[in-house]
Amino acid sequence: MLGEGILKGLAETARNFLGSYVSKDRLTTVQFPEERLPHIEAARSFPFLVYDGEDWQQGMRCVSCLICEKECPPKCIFIEKSKDKKPDATGKPQFYPVVFNIDVSVCMSCQICVEVCPFDAIKMDVEFELSTNDRFGGLLWDKERLAKSNAYYGKIHPTEAAAVDAQLAEERAKLEAKAKLAAEAKTATVATPPAQPLRETSETTEGSGA
Amino acid sequence: MPATVDQIFVICKHWLLGFAPAGVQPIFSALLSVVPILVVFPLLFAITTVLERKGLGRIQNRYGPNRVGPCGFFQPIADGIKSLTKEDVVPATADRVAHFLAPLLLVAAAFLAYAVLPIGRNMVVANLNAGVLFFFAVGSMVELAVFMAGWASRSKYSLLGAMRAIAQMISYEVPLVLASVVVIMAAGSLSTVAIVNAQVGYTGIWPHWFVFTPWGFAGFVLFMIAATAESNRSPFDLPEGESEIIAGYYIEYSGFKFALFFLGEYLGMFATSGMAITLFLGGWAAPFSFLTWIPSYVWFFAKLLTLIAGFIWIRGTLPRLRMDQLMSFAWKFMLPMTLLNIFAAGVWHFMPAGYARWLACIALVVAPFLLLGRGLQQEKKSGIRSYRFAE
Amino acid sequence: MTVSFFILAALTIAGTVAAMSLRNLVHCVLALTLGFAGLAALYLQLGAQFVGFTQILVYVGAVAILAMFAIMMTQRAGAVAQPVFTPSRMPGWIAGGMIASAVFAVLAWAIHSSAALPKTLPPQALPSQADAGVRAIGNALMHRFVLPLEIMGLLLTAALIGAVLVAMQEQQEMP
Repeated sequence: MLGEGILKGLAETARNFLGSYVSKDRLTTVQFPEERLPHIEAARSFPFLVYDGEDWQQGMRCVSCLICEKECPPKCIFIEKSKDKKPDATGKPQFYPVVFNIDVSVCMSCQICVEVCPFDAIKMDVEFELSTNDRFGGLLWDKERLAKSNAYYGKIHPTEAAAVDAQLAEERAKLEAKAKLAAEAKTATVATPPAQPLRETSETTEGSGA
Repeated sequence: MPATVDQIFVICKHWLLGFAPAGVQPIFSALLSVVPILVVFPLLFAITTVLERKGLGRIQNRYGPNRVGPCGFFQPIADGIKSLTKEDVVPATADRVAHFLAPLLLVAAAFLAYAVLPIGRNMVVANLNAGVLFFFAVGSMVELAVFMAGWASRSKYSLLGAMRAIAQMISYEVPLVLASVVVIMAAGSLSTVAIVNAQVGYTGIWPHWFVFTPWGFAGFVLFMIAATAESNRSPFDLPEGESEIIAGYYIEYSGFKFALFFLGEYLGMFATSGMAITLFLGGWAAPFSFLTWIPSYVWFFAKLLTLIAGFIWIRGTLPRLRMDQLMSFAWKFMLPMTLLNIFAAGVWHFMPAGYARWLACIALVVAPFLLLGRGLQQEKKSGIRSYRFAE
Repeated sequence: MTVSFFILAALTIAGTVAAMSLRNLVHCVLALTLGFAGLAALYLQLGAQFVGFTQILVYVGAVAILAMFAIMMTQRAGAVAQPVFTPSRMPGWIAGGMIASAVFAVLAWAIHSSAALPKTLPPQALPSQADAGVRAIGNALMHRFVLPLEIMGLLLTAALIGAVLVAMQEQQEMP
């Protein structure tokens, strides 16, 4: 009969309406500023730069290889490479970005920069309360605004960060082992203190890699 | 004492009129009648917006607005301030005059309709002899305003919305008027006051409302369906379907003009609900004879709020119709039903009172409902859709 | 003849003149609507509520929209027409004026010689008769003029069926 379905629908909405007053667990709303949902691990908003250790300037993993800048589809990344080298968190001299800007009003959160980064230096953030009064300056994030510690990364994406940390540790261990071998070979020929060659060899391997 | 409370506004008006000099008394009297309507119904609009949002929220298992003021009840004030302070954008290619006049005409037409609504005993702005006709005439002016808005914006979406709105409003105006004809037949008058007076009276405790007859009930349901379509509310909100044409004919309006469209739409809804109350639900009459001590205007507004709640409930339940469904519903179901309903009312009028009359009229209403309903449902089994002008 | 009459008459004339002389056709229709509304107000002033409201219902509500649709479907609404008052158009104006005055004369004669109109108007008859307006029209239509009413109804039904047939034929032509 015509209208039967409408009556069924009306009964259903009436049940919802009254039920929402009776049982609180029907209500799906989260009262946002006071209540928050735990964030989802796979969530992503905009990229940030990872640094190791305590000092963001010294520990920044980025060696300004410019791959992310070239890969970025909407071209929201701007990097100025340094002329000199500075020691990174492990004490190895590296190039570093003098300027690293991301225009988040252009960024489309595609994560391609993260995929292409060979140094695990850029990762996706989960922060989303980003409103600002200044629609030009406030949305052009510089190096300082972008830098976040590896500990923070471990906090927002635990599984992913653990994998990255393990891989980095493995690479580092491999390098150290190699350096040790090279040092042993060197000590066999020339007697030199062991600390100095370690740095030299690591530098050469890095240089051939890049 | 109840009589004084019932007539308190009328007495107040006469008391205030006494202060006016004789020369300006007609104008003063008109002002005293009009100003309360200009205050009360926009206020009702403000209350309805927040109630509607809360009701819809509850239907969808959410809270609805609950931030501004206690339980979110000051939300309309926030909305009003927002729409007043917003920038008024007029498209560069728009027809400025028509673009400016359209919301004004819409709201003016919506307000004019209240002139014939008796909102209480002796409480009507103008007791016109052709009151019902006046109501529909003013209602048809809304179409012109909608068209002006859609055309003057020079936007494809707004023009599409206006075309949809006009096609829908013209189609549903026919059943709207025909559904009210039964009441005019029964009351023998086009005056709204006379129609209400014909329904004031009780058999035992039961009222003599027209809705408590077979043709009256059918007429009421048909009238409310057509009224929903006339006021562009869900499920007949094709003219402003957000997911298809964004906001339809008022997409190019911003700030306070947009608020005026919103106001006009709700005022139209209240006015048609008020008309339904006047025609079928006994106007300001109490539903039981032992409740007549409650003032008449309280009953009117109670009925109005009930109908508004019904509108909100329907909106929270039904999805939007498709254009062809809308049209076939209007012309293949509503129109034949209203015509047959007029016939049923005529049979009721000429048969002697008794059970035979009830049975005959119920049969005359229910049989076509079943047949036409089956016809509508069979239509669903259509083949592959063909597009005539798509290639 | 009161002030309100002159205001309404001026409004009606202004609306209709604008409908003839404006260059944007949609504006013309809107101006014509103003003329219709002014006419309706004049009817109301004469106490003819039914006629006045029907004027609004039919002309403002339906005919104006119909004209609007016709314009929008036949030509671009933005197209600007040529100026209306030019010397080359004078013959057209004269012919139009003559036809208009002829129609007006016939109407005036018909109304003047009509039996429905009482020859001598009682001075205060109009306002008091307004109460009976709807009923009187209904009685006249259902008793004295029932045959013309039925013929008109038949004519309109025939036109309606014809329109449906035309539309159906068009649909059948399309595969």
